[in-house]
Amino acid sequence: MTVTSASPQNTRLMRTLSVLRDVVSRPSGAIGLFLVVFHVVLALVSPWIVPYDYKAMNSAMMLTGPEATHWLGTDHLGRDVFTRVLLGGREALLVTGIATPIAVTWGGFVGILFGLIGGRIDEVLMRVVDAFLSLPWILKMLVLIVTFGTGIEVLIPTLAFFYGIPVIRIARAATHDVVARDFVSAARARGHSRMTIIRHELLPNVLDTLMVEGAMRWSWMLLAFSSLSFLGFGVSPPTPDWGLMIADARGFMSFAPWGVLGPVIALSSLIIGINLTADALAKALGIDRAQKAPV
Amino acid sequence: MTGPLIDIRNISVGFTGKSGATLPVLRNIDLKVNAGESIGIVGESGSGKSTLALAAMGYLKRGLRLMDGSVAFQGQDMFARTRTELEQIRGGELALIPQNSGQSLTPTLRIGAQLVEALRLHADVPEAQYSAKAIELLGQVRLPDPAAIMTRFPHELSGGQQQRAAIGMALAGEPTALLLDEPTTGLDVTTQAHILELLRDIARDRGMAMVYVSHDLGAIARVCDRVVVMYAGEVVLEGSTRQVLKTPIHPYARGLLASIPRLSDPRLPVALDGRPPAPGGAGQGCSFVDRCALAQDGCRTSRPDFERLPSGEAVRCFHYQEAHQLSLTGSGAIPASLDGASPSALHLDDLAISYRRPGLYDKVLGRDSAGVPTVDGIEITVAKGETLGLVGESGSGKSTILKAIAGLLPPSGGKITVAGGQALAPEVEHRSPDHLRKIQLIFQNPDDSLNPRQTIAQILEQPLKLYFGLTGDALHQRSAEILDRVRLGAHYLDRLPSQLSGGEKQRVAIARAFAAEPDLVLCDEVTSALDVSVQAAVLDLLNDLKATQGTTYVFVSHDLAVVRALSDRVAVLYQGRLCELGPSADVYAMPSHPYTEVLLGAVLEPDPDTAPTLSADDVVELSPPAQGCPFQRRCPRKIGRICDTDTPPWQQGVKDHTIKCHHSIADLAAAQAEGAAGQRA
Amino acid sequence: MLAMLLRRLFLGLVTVWIVSMIIFAGVEMLPGDSCTAFLEREAKGKLLENCREAQGLNRPAAERYFDWATSAARGDLGISANGEKSIAELVGDRLGNSLLLAACSLALGVPLAIFLGVVTGLWRDRPVDLAVSTLAIFAMTIPEFVSATVLILVFSVWLGWLPGIVLTSASAPASEFFPEIILPVLVLTMVMTAHILRMVRSSVIEVMAGDYIQMATLKGVPYWRIVFRHALPNALLPAINVVALTIAWLLGGVVVIEVVFNYPGLGRMMIDAISDRDLPVVQAIALIVATVYVCVNLSADILTMFANPRLRTLHMRRG
Repeated sequence: MTVTSASPQNTRLMRTLSVLRDVVSRPSGAIGLFLVVFHVVLALVSPWIVPYDYKAMNSAMMLTGPEATHWLGTDHLGRDVFTRVLLGGREALLVTGIATPIAVTWGGFVGILFGLIGGRIDEVLMRVVDAFLSLPWILKMLVLIVTFGTGIEVLIPTLAFFYGIPVIRIARAATHDVVARDFVSAARARGHSRMTIIRHELLPNVLDTLMVEGAMRWSWMLLAFSSLSFLGFGVSPPTPDWGLMIADARGFMSFAPWGVLGPVIALSSLIIGINLTADALAKALGIDRAQKAPV
Repeated sequence: MTGPLIDIRNISVGFTGKSGATLPVLRNIDLKVNAGESIGIVGESGSGKSTLALAAMGYLKRGLRLMDGSVAFQGQDMFARTRTELEQIRGGELALIPQNSGQSLTPTLRIGAQLVEALRLHADVPEAQYSAKAIELLGQVRLPDPAAIMTRFPHELSGGQQQRAAIGMALAGEPTALLLDEPTTGLDVTTQAHILELLRDIARDRGMAMVYVSHDLGAIARVCDRVVVMYAGEVVLEGSTRQVLKTPIHPYARGLLASIPRLSDPRLPVALDGRPPAPGGAGQGCSFVDRCALAQDGCRTSRPDFERLPSGEAVRCFHYQEAHQLSLTGSGAIPASLDGASPSALHLDDLAISYRRPGLYDKVLGRDSAGVPTVDGIEITVAKGETLGLVGESGSGKSTILKAIAGLLPPSGGKITVAGGQALAPEVEHRSPDHLRKIQLIFQNPDDSLNPRQTIAQILEQPLKLYFGLTGDALHQRSAEILDRVRLGAHYLDRLPSQLSGGEKQRVAIARAFAAEPDLVLCDEVTSALDVSVQAAVLDLLNDLKATQGTTYVFVSHDLAVVRALSDRVAVLYQGRLCELGPSADVYAMPSHPYTEVLLGAVLEPDPDTAPTLSADDVVELSPPAQGCPFQRRCPRKIGRICDTDTPPWQQGVKDHTIKCHHSIADLAAAQAEGAAGQRA
Repeated sequence: MLAMLLRRLFLGLVTVWIVSMIIFAGVEMLPGDSCTAFLEREAKGKLLENCREAQGLNRPAAERYFDWATSAARGDLGISANGEKSIAELVGDRLGNSLLLAACSLALGVPLAIFLGVVTGLWRDRPVDLAVSTLAIFAMTIPEFVSATVLILVFSVWLGWLPGIVLTSASAPASEFFPEIILPVLVLTMVMTAHILRMVRSSVIEVMAGDYIQMATLKGVPYWRIVFRHALPNALLPAINVVALTIAWLLGGVVVIEVVFNYPGLGRMMIDAISDRDLPVVQAIALIVATVYVCVNLSADILTMFANPRLRTLHMRRG
């Protein structure tokens, strides 16, 4: 008798596709995914499609309004705003795009580990995590940035470290939930090793939660990144970045608002896109999320 | 008032499915309930019985709509009333007693407040007397210390107490009709029996009509005058309780009755194969056609009408006249059992288990255990190939013992030995691969015991890979073979648990256990989460596997009839201590331990001519007493101080039937025979 | 009951203690110290040595930590790097300002959020829900400096109704902050309300779909009574924790708003202190914010315990 058994890869692929279909079928998911993909593609191709060099300063044309040659006008140094807006997301997406998976991975790993260990060690760890979370985010990041500088080699690990900490709590809670289920006890009773139980029973059920959490982390990291740039602790000029651009253009808002509006719309649309996608993803995976203030 | 109190005419209720089609949950239901009458609505999951009961109140769950027909209460259409009118009737003239009062009582309001609310809305009582009246109601539902209960929150009450409080709340408005939606599900046997007696008495004393929805035919037999049987959203049979339960004329009803295990019959019940159609899946013909032994071609193409017969019955079947050919009981197999002495497969040696580990305080004070153990003094030997049944109510420790044998919960005292006299390591992590393979555990709830993210193939592969190192084709081959043994086709391999029914999932769980080719299989309430007709199929399967594999079972259940059907020997547990142990036939007959007597007396058989005996209160005990007999606080045959202070000795009965009591077996036999005679008189 | 409270209090203190160690370690990492800040360009050689010796900066870290921690516990947060004012005084003013901002935002935001959350939960998927939820998403996802900037653009630059920047000095009394404080409060309220309202909404939806609400309906309880007496006391329980988190965020996490509006609060002081390497000030602020966070969480836990009958009786029985 020939038996076709579904290989693990097939099942995973089928599931990913069906989840994707579910996400796109919802209006929030469709819009969100479109925005995210749009921005990622833009970040990738923008260096080849921009009309000007982002550094090129033109002292003759400072703070001019939108016109044929400069679609969004020029900034206070005569640089083309449109060019800088198109390029403004690259650094942000690069940094957060790398830092988010790292944050979710390490936070998830530690969270699952301590969720399984339990007992005193777990309690002590949670105290330390709570202590960490009680400090203002800006302080934590600035300590590292001021010590080590503002290059992306500092920003990525910093963001990855600090944004991984809340993931520990979430992974731990999810682990507790799953471990209480009978199928985990059943696996234990069969005598499977701890690693096998983690890989086969625990992870597939915890990963969903982590994925949704990852999407949300990404949006908060972007917020933090642009806030840092805004405050002057992130990207260094003349690199174009939306947060930095808003900070620079703020002073001239009263008579030259386009310098602000461009990056505002770009940044907002990306973050909204990620949030909508995360929302639709959570619904598609059947996860209930309690909204908390961003940490 | 003339005319029926509740008049449901030809209602059809449905919802819009994903594809946009309307899927029916109820189809052309006619039901009349007269004043003072008790009607039972019987059905399994998916029959629509709860929807029908709620529709009688003019209420449909979110997403459902009334597609046809009308529901009238006291002559007025419930779906045409204004919201204010409905608010007046519901909880007043027409009251509901919900399925799970623990979840149906608002957690942030005290019991007293919720009762007073009901009084304020519906009772004709002056405000100053609300409290007094509420306490009176709690007394009428036989709650001890009503004044104290008034100040408690719902979660502080036991299941039985919560249910009584809900009944009290329903009575506040002096209803003319009560709707009860599975009110005793999840309650202990003795509690259930007491609550049903209460309901019977209340209905009779107040002349209330009752609509009792349940899957439990025993409860319905006790409480109802007429019975309505539902299947796949239709009423298929209606008649007096006697007619429906003793001589049903619909094949489904007959199949249902045949699949119920009975205390009086040692044979296995007969399974009803297949499962009910999903809403909208019934097709053109009779909804039962796929599972009916009398089905012919005509049954598939046209739907039978609901025909009223001169006998007072009504049936929806083309071939009801042949229905009596289908056996009601007794054609099931006699369970496979042993002959002659067999070596011991499992020996529990003075086993004690405690859930609470000694804490810091205890260690400081020099105590090496935290108080009274949850389970104590368990001494049982199970022979190879035998099935040992463990019965008891909640708190009896039966599941705890299984977990200890499985190694999930190490005992705090005593030890466990298996075949060949080898001691079993207390924790599963320290057991040898041989022991791990030979002892398998099957859980109660298949929704929880199968990983929702794994396919059936992956689920079955786990033990095969772990114990036999199978891979590739050999693995697939074996998986299909195992599925075949539990009567599931190989096409199930690619499915996820969510695509299977409850019965199918449990069969996969059984297949997974047997994949290891175990010597000992531990069954923890494996049929309790299943529908009645599916339960029989699982029992049949377990018996089959035992006959072919020679497996030893330890079978835990709170359902005495189910345990009787499968077990060779039975142990009765109370508060984690053994009361009685012996061959099933002996344990289920007199003489019995007083607790066994109480348990057996409280069982409700689906026979209106039988009545339960309630000899003890349904007080829920939270922990066993520190010394003496564990049953000392509730025993109707208590001798006196000796029961409180001295551990009762084992009294030897016939063969290896033992009872742990201060009474001698002869005394018990005499007293219990007298009691039985008194009942008959 | 008392035992549980004491246990929580103890854990809170432990958390604050751990935090103080983290703060100290973090600040140790920063390059430079009070002396380099104080002496600025002249921070080198013998001058630096002497300064460090005078300040006691040459002692081992553990000793310095111990000194700082014990003084802080007594309320003495030390003197700022330039050796002039006591930190307690400086921080006191700023703390007061931050509290003012937080209080105004909370007073406006929390009731609004609860109201909108309940409304959108009860009228789920109707136009009012769609409108409010969409606005909430916008308010939540747009960075605060963006919404602040936009609001300034609209209300200050174009309409000229409100001042776009705070010019009042840090030590001024509360009343002088009006009307400058209006825009910052609006921005904070927007963000906070969006988060809280989403959470309240989902809680209300979940509770209203529950068994006991169905039972209350079938008991004939009028709709609004169900909402207020049966549903809300359960649905609003999780809101306590969220509000606690929000309070903590308002005190330490709104740096960006303070910078945009030039508001003299703790956040700005913290950034300035870091930039100036005024480490005692950094330590002091971090400790204060963390302590407030712990206190607020503790209060939220206790409040939840009282409000939730299940927890209340659990702890009362255990003693």
